[in-house]
Amino acid sequence: MTNHWVDIRNANLILSMGGNSAEAHPVGFRWVTEALEHNKAKLICIDPRYTRTCAVADYKAFIRTGTDITFLGGLIHYLITTNQIQREYVLHYTDASLLVREDYGFEDGIFTGYNPEKRSYDDKSSWMYELGDDGYARRDMSLQHPRCVYQLMREHYSRYDIDTVSSICGMPREHIEHIWSEIGKMAVPHQTMTILYALGWTQHSIGSQIIRTAAMVQLLLGNMGMPGGGINALRGHSNIQGLTDLGLLSQLLPGYMSLANASEQDYGEYIKKRAKQPILEGEVSYWKNYEKFHVSLMKSWFGDAATQENNWCFDWLPKLSKPLYDVLDTFERMHKGEITGYFCQGFNPLASFPNRQKITEGLSRLKYLVVMDPLNTETSEFWKNYGEYNDVDSSQIQTEVIRLPTTCFAEDDGSITNSARWLQWHWAAAQGPGESRPDTRIMGELFIRIRDLYRQEGGAFPDPILNVDWDYDIPEAPSSEEIAQEYNGRALVDLTDDNGNVIRRAGELLSGFSEMTADGRTASGCWIFAGSWTQDGNQMARRDNSDPYGTGNTLGWAWAWPANRRLLYNRASADPQGRPWGKEKAFVWWSSEQGRWVGADIPDFPVTSDPALGQGPFIMQPEGVGHFFAGQSMVEGPFPEHYEPFESPIPNNPLHPNNPLAKNNPAGRIYEKDREALGSWEEFPHAATTYRLTEHFHFWTKHARLNAVVQPEQFVEISHQLAEEVGVVAGDWVRVSSNRGSIKAVAMVTKRMQPLRIGDRDVHHVGIPIHWGFTGVAKKGYLINALTPVVGDANTQTPEYKSFIVKVEKA
Amino acid sequence: MTVNVTRRQFFKLGAAGVASSSMAMMGFAPESAEASVRHFKLTHAKETRNNCTYCSVGCGVLIYSHGDGSKNTRQEVFHIEGDPDHPVSRGSLCPKGSGLVDFVRSETRLEYPQVRAPGSSEWKRVSWDEALNKIARYIKDDRDANFVERDETGKTVNHWTTTGFLAASGASNEAGYITHKVVRNLGMVAFDNQARV
Repeated sequence: MTNHWVDIRNANLILSMGGNSAEAHPVGFRWVTEALEHNKAKLICIDPRYTRTCAVADYKAFIRTGTDITFLGGLIHYLITTNQIQREYVLHYTDASLLVREDYGFEDGIFTGYNPEKRSYDDKSSWMYELGDDGYARRDMSLQHPRCVYQLMREHYSRYDIDTVSSICGMPREHIEHIWSEIGKMAVPHQTMTILYALGWTQHSIGSQIIRTAAMVQLLLGNMGMPGGGINALRGHSNIQGLTDLGLLSQLLPGYMSLANASEQDYGEYIKKRAKQPILEGEVSYWKNYEKFHVSLMKSWFGDAATQENNWCFDWLPKLSKPLYDVLDTFERMHKGEITGYFCQGFNPLASFPNRQKITEGLSRLKYLVVMDPLNTETSEFWKNYGEYNDVDSSQIQTEVIRLPTTCFAEDDGSITNSARWLQWHWAAAQGPGESRPDTRIMGELFIRIRDLYRQEGGAFPDPILNVDWDYDIPEAPSSEEIAQEYNGRALVDLTDDNGNVIRRAGELLSGFSEMTADGRTASGCWIFAGSWTQDGNQMARRDNSDPYGTGNTLGWAWAWPANRRLLYNRASADPQGRPWGKEKAFVWWSSEQGRWVGADIPDFPVTSDPALGQGPFIMQPEGVGHFFAGQSMVEGPFPEHYEPFESPIPNNPLHPNNPLAKNNPAGRIYEKDREALGSWEEFPHAATTYRLTEHFHFWTKHARLNAVVQPEQFVEISHQLAEEVGVVAGDWVRVSSNRGSIKAVAMVTKRMQPLRIGDRDVHHVGIPIHWGFTGVAKKGYLINALTPVVGDANTQTPEYKSFIVKVEKA
Repeated sequence: MTVNVTRRQFFKLGAAGVASSSMAMMGFAPESAEASVRHFKLTHAKETRNNCTYCSVGCGVLIYSHGDGSKNTRQEVFHIEGDPDHPVSRGSLCPKGSGLVDFVRSETRLEYPQVRAPGSSEWKRVSWDEALNKIARYIKDDRDANFVERDETGKTVNHWTTTGFLAASGASNEAGYITHKVVRNLGMVAFDNQARV
């Protein structure tokens, strides 16, 4: 979330799309109802299903799954052609005025630089601003230049007229007109719309670009950095934000730093590429400090072994021979028998990853599998026969499985980071059952054993293992307090200011990332968490819920990264002169008396930067402004374009009917066998989408009796019309099949699903809740990933669970 | 030693011929008749601040447990409710979170390390030492066999691609950080958490 849960109450309009917070985040949704009741806000809900969020919405519309870019692209077209944009914001806080290189182009669904054989963009050089002789981007503040970002964007979305949108999305014209006109009203400076989304946007082969399109809408309306505005990812797990922040992804390091590619052999070049310098004169471009954060990380991990002479152990970090070693890639290799061992720490891939059959076959080819979990997961028993729910022959599976019992939240101390970036500390209430142990201790015990083996026997490249800084009181069981202080960071020697005054004694905890240095004098395991545990104590454990400005901003409750800021880009809540855009939206503003930025939040900006200097509010970007034009940062193009899901219920991409290369995401990665396993729309005519229920959380709560009682049995949702077509009534059993497998479930026949008119035919949707399996205390059911295809978002490789095709039959 | 007897058992014992007054002196006593107003069920419970670890709202919860906190006693969680001071949740829990205590006390919680041998159809309980030593040996053998210091073009890569690790986004930041520190320094790259899905 750029904003936070309570801030939703400040919105004038709420767009819920690609998410269903009333059911998936019910307590967070209370702030939506608060806005409706006490801020005269309106709620728009767009979804393939009529959800409980839709049930309380002022405007609701069905949309065909996977067509969100079309709807939002049409909205961009509408806002520009009707001139409903926050013009001053767009001019000063976005890249609208910057010129793009002359050789940039887009033709019939494909951007310049495409290699059809490799299905990827080999040459992205044209996806760049045109630079002047001074090395800075050229700009035209009149927004008239044909190659300025604004004009290119206008032209790109001119194809997304209302009839095209209606026909692709399956949404009647009058619904679209009404919703767009409500959103257009938010272009005035003192009104804001917030956008709430979740997995309904991420789990698509075009997911990242859907979210980008939404962010572009928010920039046009001047809603980023505003209270009651922003683009808010409602994340799926309690600490998925924290684990992302800590970089537990194949290509990342903590704090959104990244591992080097194999081609980056030189430490200086590695840093230079990431320490982005300003592209417009005088901008902050805060990533220019990258080396300070990187060296501090290396000091946390390797202590005295990390020195200037050895480039702070740069060579010890693994280098990537391909962009991602994501889970789809790993299971592809596992399926080929190329993986020896696999660890699942609180993760249930047999249920969570696409094409369950492929997952079972992959796990069966491992030498060993280690599962650490509080619960008896399906993954840990993938080898055990559960009849029709897990029809395997144990004797044929040669994988050794080692299962370790872990404690759960009620039994350990530590912090979790919610969707609003708040790190909240919690305490153990009891010991775990039996011999269960915390994950921290299991990892400590394992590491000590591995290090002992390397000390005794030697082995492959032992340097990082033997030299890692592991100075914990009990090496086998590092405490949460020790670890939290390590990621916060501390001074390794006395730190002095420019005048030689000591500002931080050796050994003291850092108060923030601004104290970090690139010369090895500071250590910090995750620079964006610096400030969470300072000399003043554990900031994450704070419990002051006062709200002095009445904006819902409780700066004394827990601690938010970065620097306890609650609302990202909040400098943009003031106009270029530093005055609030509107009295009722005053949040952070410039005080000429004090010569600093003041207000209800920690300014997300250099606190003494006079507005007269004209520095842009998006301080992490080299231009200081928000991006309509993504440059080279996305794999499939600088402007989002609609491509059909890899399994689509229609024969072509209506925007590019004659270009098969542009039917699906042209830069999407799909392995050969997985492509062969895709179904055809003639054989599998029904669009399917997976989702979650109010009463269940993923595959966990089927282990909890209360939840198992209130929602005991697997079902799928279908419309009355589809039920009639396949000859079933509510309560009958249906078989739902894809080209990869099938499940059986009770049919819930409901008006909450409706056939949508796409082009010249009706497309039916099937809603498939995910929560059942063969372990737990609820009734057994089928893992629904028997159906899902192995293809991911082209940028993140998040599987396309929200759009695929099936066939529904009477069972 | 304490022996728990109900009032009915106590009177039965008395009827068997032993003077109940002397039984009481020996440490046998019936549980009180509780004719008075029932005690508030959270009296004498330990209250612990925590957060729900389902979705990403991060609602505050108060966990109530029994046990006197001394060495060799076990706290037992028996009730969980919303924390009224929490600025987001203000004491509320949703239908998922209302069942938290049933998650903590689920009959399908794991209690002991176990191993399933190749081809077997059952688990065998093992000690922590046996399980961890086995895993450490597996890690080292595979890492030694497949660690790549230089790729085919001679570039330093120092990575290990034949073992993978999925981390838990339901676990704490501290578990995540220490896991990252261990996994990366082994050279592992096939490393993800639920953020990938």
